[in-house]
Amino acid sequence: MVDFSASHQRTSSASDYVALLKPRVMSLVVFTGLVGYVAAPGAGDWVLGFAAIFAIAVAAGASGALNMWFDSDIDQVMTRTRTRPIPSGRVDREEALMLGLTLSALSVVTMQLAAGLLAAGLLAFTIFFYAVVYTMWLKRSTPQNIVIGGLAGALPPAIAWAAKTDSLTLEPMLLVAIIFFWTPPHFWALSLLQKNDYAAAKVPMLPVTHGARATRVQIFAYSLLLAPLAFAPVFTGLGGMIYAIVSALGGAFFVFLAFRVLRSNAGEGVAVEDKQARNLFAYSILYLFALFAVILAERGFA
Amino acid sequence: MSEPVVLTPEELKARKRRNLWLAWSIVAFVLLVFAVTVSKMQALSLLGISQ
Repeated sequence: MVDFSASHQRTSSASDYVALLKPRVMSLVVFTGLVGYVAAPGAGDWVLGFAAIFAIAVAAGASGALNMWFDSDIDQVMTRTRTRPIPSGRVDREEALMLGLTLSALSVVTMQLAAGLLAAGLLAFTIFFYAVVYTMWLKRSTPQNIVIGGLAGALPPAIAWAAKTDSLTLEPMLLVAIIFFWTPPHFWALSLLQKNDYAAAKVPMLPVTHGARATRVQIFAYSLLLAPLAFAPVFTGLGGMIYAIVSALGGAFFVFLAFRVLRSNAGEGVAVEDKQARNLFAYSILYLFALFAVILAERGFA
Repeated sequence: MSEPVVLTPEELKARKRRNLWLAWSIVAFVLLVFAVTVSKMQALSLLGISQ
């Protein structure tokens, strides 16, 4: 166990607390939320829109802090997370819990003030789903953890849509579905690279429980679902001509990279073989960003 | 009775920096709530005029 020396915590800075909020996850959530807000029908109000996106960002941060509070034992073991504020002793666990709970409440209240009950309710559900259902339950109990838990990361565009229109239609649900089906191949590509870390921390990620081969098959299967699903916004009018092209070409390339992962020996313990998984992981971020950026451009400047 | 904790100058400086960040965050939140309230009131008043 770490020696949480009090003097070490007494010199902690604001950036240590910001790190608890997982700023990189926050930036992705802000982006997809912004797309959901801009794509929703109506003129909207930029102050209320800003407050709604801000509330989503703070809620994501709060979820991150609650995750780090609960998972500090896992974070201590894994190389990728060992330098986080709690395992490195810069922030106390109880502080992370308090920060997470306080920001959760503030974000939901802010959303209620700015947008109304539907968006605030969805936001509260998202925090609960990530912190309790995913972090406390699924993550340690099933290899389907990131599949089901991915719903929390997928909901922000729908929350933002609801914040603007006070309703939910098929279109925001499509945006949610795209992120939901994007999450498994994205995270499993990463988990193939960090299989030993997850095994050491006793986290039942798919490569640990079912092996690398089964994970590669699942990655490919999900990519076959994702590519046509990501094209669906073209049929509802959410995506225009540019979206159709980007989605078709980008989706085809995603499937191609997933096929290369399938044919490789990624995750088998040979570093050179991991290259295909690394490529897919990097590309998956670009792919999702491109899809949402095109919707933002097409709907924002329509 | 336990000994009172005596902070070093470095720890005092760090605490002051953290407190300043907290203060600015609270100010920013108050301003956000104010802006949201004004926006909501404007929207309601516009609705009243159109009716």
